[in-house]
Amino acid sequence: MRKLFIFCAFFSFIYNINAQDCNYTFKGKITDFHDNSIIVGASIQVINLNKFTTSDLEGEFVLNNLCEGKLTLEIKHVACKTKRLVFNLTKDTYKEISLEHHLEKLKEIVVKTNTKTEAASIEKSLKKDVITKFTDKSLGDALNTISGVSSLNTGNSIVKPMIHGLHSSRLLIINNNVRMFDQEWGDEHAPNIDINSSDRIDVVKGANSLRYGSDAVGGLILIRPKKYAIKDSLFGSTTTSLNSNGFGGNINSEIIKTFNSGYYTKLQANYKKFGDFKAPDYYLTNTGLENINASSRVGYNSYEKGFDAYYSFVNNKIGILRSSHIGNVNDLVEAINNREPRIVEDFSYNINFPRQNIFHHLAKVEAFKRFKNLGKLSVQLDAQLNRRKEFDLRRGDLRNRPVIDLQLFTTSIQPNLEINKFDNLKINTGFLIRYQNNNAIVDTGANTLIPDYNKYEVGTYAILDIDINETSEFSAGIRYDYSRIEARKRYVESDWTALNYDVLFPEFDTGAVDGLELLTRPEFTFNNFSTNLGYSKRFGEDYSFLFNYGLAQRMPNPSELFSGGLHHSAARIEIGFLTINKETANNFILSLEKNNENFGFSISPYYKNIDGFIQLIPTGIQTTIRGAFPVWEYNQVNARIFGIDIDINKKLASQFDYKGSLSLLQGDDLTNKNPLIHMPSANFSNSIVYSNNDFHQLKIGINQKTVLQQNRFPDYNFTTLNPATQQQVFVDISSTPPSYTLFGFSTSAVFYPFKKGSMEVGFNIDNLFNISYRENLNRLRYFADDLGRNLNLKIKINY
Amino acid sequence: MKTIKLLAVLFISTLVFTSCEDDHDDHDHGSDEELITTVLYTLTDGNNTIVLEWEDLDGDTGSAPTITSGTLTANTSYTGSIQLLNRTESPAEDITVEVRAEGDEHEFFYTNTAGLTITKTDTDGTNPVGIETTLSTGAAGSGSLTIVLKHEPTKPNDGTAANAGGSTDVQVTFPISIQ
Repeated sequence: MRKLFIFCAFFSFIYNINAQDCNYTFKGKITDFHDNSIIVGASIQVINLNKFTTSDLEGEFVLNNLCEGKLTLEIKHVACKTKRLVFNLTKDTYKEISLEHHLEKLKEIVVKTNTKTEAASIEKSLKKDVITKFTDKSLGDALNTISGVSSLNTGNSIVKPMIHGLHSSRLLIINNNVRMFDQEWGDEHAPNIDINSSDRIDVVKGANSLRYGSDAVGGLILIRPKKYAIKDSLFGSTTTSLNSNGFGGNINSEIIKTFNSGYYTKLQANYKKFGDFKAPDYYLTNTGLENINASSRVGYNSYEKGFDAYYSFVNNKIGILRSSHIGNVNDLVEAINNREPRIVEDFSYNINFPRQNIFHHLAKVEAFKRFKNLGKLSVQLDAQLNRRKEFDLRRGDLRNRPVIDLQLFTTSIQPNLEINKFDNLKINTGFLIRYQNNNAIVDTGANTLIPDYNKYEVGTYAILDIDINETSEFSAGIRYDYSRIEARKRYVESDWTALNYDVLFPEFDTGAVDGLELLTRPEFTFNNFSTNLGYSKRFGEDYSFLFNYGLAQRMPNPSELFSGGLHHSAARIEIGFLTINKETANNFILSLEKNNENFGFSISPYYKNIDGFIQLIPTGIQTTIRGAFPVWEYNQVNARIFGIDIDINKKLASQFDYKGSLSLLQGDDLTNKNPLIHMPSANFSNSIVYSNNDFHQLKIGINQKTVLQQNRFPDYNFTTLNPATQQQVFVDISSTPPSYTLFGFSTSAVFYPFKKGSMEVGFNIDNLFNISYRENLNRLRYFADDLGRNLNLKIKINY
Repeated sequence: MKTIKLLAVLFISTLVFTSCEDDHDDHDHGSDEELITTVLYTLTDGNNTIVLEWEDLDGDTGSAPTITSGTLTANTSYTGSIQLLNRTESPAEDITVEVRAEGDEHEFFYTNTAGLTITKTDTDGTNPVGIETTLSTGAAGSGSLTIVLKHEPTKPNDGTAANAGGSTDVQVTFPISIQ
């Protein structure tokens, strides 16, 4: 492996003279920890005695005339950590000493800025400086800056990341190596992640994700913690952010203590509060939010072994636009036609109804040990608890009771063995056991959208990474997952028979009837296979070519199987089916990249073919006591999604940098020869930054983002009778909002007002020209405009 | 050793979580649901009582609602009263009580194509609520009557559901014939 070329060994024995007998000999042999191969030419020095030698062609060395007593040795190199060993010398001694020359691994994230998750994967990263920019926003907002990544929004605070038009259960979000399970199936369920707790975020567009799951149809988002250098240090930072839109902000603090011994600990906490946000022409009543997040880490890191324990807590209270609570299809028509929200009040910090209250606890412990002549064995245990309460506008005693109250608990154990004893081959293999329980809390006084269930998963995988030669690498992997879901759901008996379930699934019927409802126990087992192939080749000075193929299979999520009922905020009846089967995706992605500061680019075309693509589409109208509602049903079609992401960077002049990106995407329902619903439209962005490193690292930039109107959408418009006026009305739920262009301004500078540390000050303006616009992928686009201008001041103090 | 201890702590907390979520009862799911299954509009002219009934016992999905209408007498004055019930409970829960108590946040709206004149006779103190009404018929004929209950409408309003805003809690339509 190329790591062999980075070779480091600095060895020293500190020998304390506490005896007179100084005729001992210490012979040693230096070998590689990984494959036991000998290490030639390592320099060995006993500092106290001014003894110095090097290992010979056999990897051996001899130190003569040593005295009896304690012997301490130390290893050091520019790119290596220091290691100490102590011997008690009482006779002539021979020791085989294994040296670590893969040490750059330990610090690769510290040392290199452009480390990839896997050599052959196609991915983009957000670094800490970008993450800091989004300190008071959400994960989805930050990811939105990456080409090919968009978001499905509910208002402006609930932002679900979308890669190549796919979201929710099709994206794996890996937070500190733990796969997030936070009821991610819902369109208005944003990831419960505090962006401030992360150091780096990678978006893996290729299918190189087998270690985490077989169902990454859309891709993978890796939220990565920092690896700390092994030294005695205490440092931290505090970031404050203030905003004119929403009259709110955020304060985030983190403090890190590292020790020479390899131990480290980190504490981080974050508080965010906003009042009602404002569109250019009116306040968006009840869109405030309040978040409290905290995380802590403690761990130990050495080359041979280490552990990392992490706990994070996220508490989000998010107001949802008051005007989006509507009664029936006629209310929806009014909202669409009025163009202005029906409730506009003055600014307030109150968060009333509708709103979401969410808690997410995540805890994990990971430990690893390296074995001579084999590799690295790691084990991770994790547990998550997600409690989601959704409050709606209700009457009487029910006013303060949530309409949805679900508690999801997930725990898993994941051992992984990385075999790196071979020169040009690395093998990762492991397995996973996971248990999940969903508990639909009683006493909501509403139909439970997602039933109680238990889910069991077992998975195993093997991934090979082969260095073909100096410049090209190949990776291949395979994964198998078994999953079983055992649910308990009450169906209205007439529904059960109308859906033909009495014929298809008689075994689920328990026979217990309570009033009109039948208690059923649906149980499903899925076997999923997935595989991927990756190839990368570097050529020229800074060009590289990458190719990924992935086969991914995803079992239907609980909402696709079980949902059935009125979804208030969407003013629609959503129906899932027990007959929904898994979906299978074949993903192809290419990338041609040039990594250069002066002129660089990446061009990544992709093609996905998804069999049994599960989508939620309008299918008709249902009359209820509240009037008529559109019915949205889950169905499965064969789909394809293809497109291209292009990024360019160029140095225009010595202090001016240009960046641009373009994303084009087309999604087709091949079964019905229709465009797919809710696909991102073509968009592009440009930015120019002036930077002056001699003057407070001053940066001044302007940026522009244009989102074109989505002209390819399936037409699910319909007409319905308005009984009040006895007239047919046209319900335009499909037409998309027009194109829009937003400009932004940003500036930042660094000052050193203290003896130690620094202060970064930033001032930014979003939506500079206060444009009124609506975004097609915002679920509240029927009800109100998106955000108007925002002035933002950020101060980050590093200490 | 430290690693093992931490693994142990995590395992214990896992157990705590698991035991916490086990304390619920299987059998009371879906109970206590605020559901309006039935709208009754009772009309009396002193001698005869006519009840218009709109009922959907199995909720939003399931089988279609049953609508029972009646025949009104031409050129007659009726006293009308609305009742909203949840008949999945036993005894049936009367949701009209809550609507009346929160009258300032609710209003019924009546529209028809049968030549009826409907006047709201109750108030929340200032503005009409519409649980109690008087209804007078004109000449013989037929048409339909739509009753809408709005939650949080603008009050006062111009008397039409369309301009009152709010969200719709009830919207039912009855065929009407007048003889």
